[in-house]
Amino acid sequence: MAELLVTLVTIAIVVGAIPGVCNYLILLERKLSAWMQDRVGPNRVGPMGLFQPLADGLKLLLKEEVIPSHVDKVLFLIAPAISVFTALLAFAVVPFGPTDDPGVPSFIRFIIAPGIDIGLIFIFAVGSLAVYGIVLGGWASNNKYSALGGLRASAQVVSYEIPLGMSVLGIALISGSLNLETIMKQQIDGGLMSWNIWFQPLAALMFFTASLAEANRLPFDLAECEQELVGGWHTEYSALKWALFFLGEYTHMITISFLTSILFLGGWNFPIIAEATSSYPFVWLVKLLVLMSKAFFFICVIIMLRWTIPRFRFDQLMELAWRVMIPLSLANLLMVMFVKQFDLSLWWLFLGSCGLFAAWGLISASLRSAEERSRPGYVKRKKAAASHGHGGHGHGGHGHAAAH
Amino acid sequence: MTETAKKKNVRWVEEPEIGFWESTFVPAILSGLKTTLKHVIDRKPVTQQYPEVKPELPLHYRGVHRLNRDEKDRVKCVACMMCATACPANCISIEAQAAPPEWPDRDKFCKTFVLDELRCIYCGMCEEACPVDAIELTHIYDLTGETRSDLLYDREKLLSVFDKTKNDPRDPVRTRRGTLGPAAEFQQLPTLGPATVVPTADRAAKAETAGVIRTGGEVK
Repeated sequence: MAELLVTLVTIAIVVGAIPGVCNYLILLERKLSAWMQDRVGPNRVGPMGLFQPLADGLKLLLKEEVIPSHVDKVLFLIAPAISVFTALLAFAVVPFGPTDDPGVPSFIRFIIAPGIDIGLIFIFAVGSLAVYGIVLGGWASNNKYSALGGLRASAQVVSYEIPLGMSVLGIALISGSLNLETIMKQQIDGGLMSWNIWFQPLAALMFFTASLAEANRLPFDLAECEQELVGGWHTEYSALKWALFFLGEYTHMITISFLTSILFLGGWNFPIIAEATSSYPFVWLVKLLVLMSKAFFFICVIIMLRWTIPRFRFDQLMELAWRVMIPLSLANLLMVMFVKQFDLSLWWLFLGSCGLFAAWGLISASLRSAEERSRPGYVKRKKAAASHGHGGHGHGGHGHAAAH
Repeated sequence: MTETAKKKNVRWVEEPEIGFWESTFVPAILSGLKTTLKHVIDRKPVTQQYPEVKPELPLHYRGVHRLNRDEKDRVKCVACMMCATACPANCISIEAQAAPPEWPDRDKFCKTFVLDELRCIYCGMCEEACPVDAIELTHIYDLTGETRSDLLYDREKLLSVFDKTKNDPRDPVRTRRGTLGPAAEFQQLPTLGPATVVPTADRAAKAETAGVIRTGGEVK
């Protein structure tokens, strides 16, 4: 009974907190983008624009709900609900704080569903369902831009699901569990030097990249790119239904930030202040803050990346998934299997990851130069420079010398 | 341009070579993040907080019009219709009236002068056309009204804009203190050349008055 009550309270807290957090993440995103672009950002509502999310939320609540006459009404209404539902459901197995600290008051628990042994699979299964919200929204809108957005999203998610899952499989093999709490605990027990990022740096990079693509964030937001598709799949949506889509997207962002911190950066573990052995009053609060800061760091990185990298072209996007990340994650997985089979030190994985990274760079650089050599009219750079004999200004130099 | 001259002016740009680090994307992304982070940390916003901070407009800014008064507080406009003719947006309508006998310096004055501020494109051609410097554009840019007819500025409104702005250093009265402009001193109008160079085959070149393009009717 008490267990049920705690679960209900946790659900209420999480479901209540996430929309607020998402709202403030939007403010953070707007502020950070403004600062990066030498602007001020929202500063009219409240001090430093702190009440802007409230005003935005109120606006979205009170706005007219437009349902265009040409849409498939049932699917049109279901789509945003699916989007939020799946995003929130995926969060159910994510431990967002210390789950086994004895100091935590008994009525607080930092995971909705504790002890789920298939945690990782659950997250990926539910998280990839989120694309149904996008596809259905795009399809039901009965509008070519929305449909294109939905199609792009589905192709993208199908492609990136594979490297996303495979990059995490390595961790599952290393820790021998799919339970997020167990994965976190193993890293915490070993301290800083047993964080998975040391053994799976390449997988961490690929996981982060692929989850950006999963969450439809820039530079992979082809499903809703404003410059090509008006708004993509949410073109026809307005008011609260539109807000639900964004709630889903930001929840996804929060989930992947927590996942990256838990899977690769040791969860709430931090040298000195939050070790497995550290015990001082309110240590659970410090642990909670450490994990939150790690997640916050990743959210900031995601926002920064948005204004740093230009959007991929669709063929580049597919190429990155199928020709780079899938082979690489496969090789990474094989490497983990090899190390596990022969009981080698896990540090071989670090070297192996660096090696894989270098091999990838070398292969793609040589492929590119091979492609350049095969172009019509290709002259080898050095040879071309030497034949002119007048340094960099070859063409202008010739005429000048002839005049004398 | 000859073929060789063309070649001389061409600057050949080589595509930068893409090596190992470039094809891994990582250094480019990191240096990009460094740039964005630098802007976040070292913030120098260029935004002007508009209602609190008013923009510094250039002196030649073209805002709301005004009708100038002369030293006897009469409207300076002599209803010559030059501005209305020059106006590309057709937003000026003037009704002229014969000047009273005690005004010996002019034949006419404007009885009504209506300028549609919504229709105006603020090109300043009325200001240029005016021979007596009666119409001028001021620095007022925050023009609002509740109805469209609010923004149909009549003579009184335009004169009140003058009263409001005549002492503003940004809107000096650019007139010649009541004397007519140089255009009024012409005894005989100089022959006008064509406004643009037209090829001889063009019908504009065959027009009787140079620079006049006749439309419709038969072309000689």
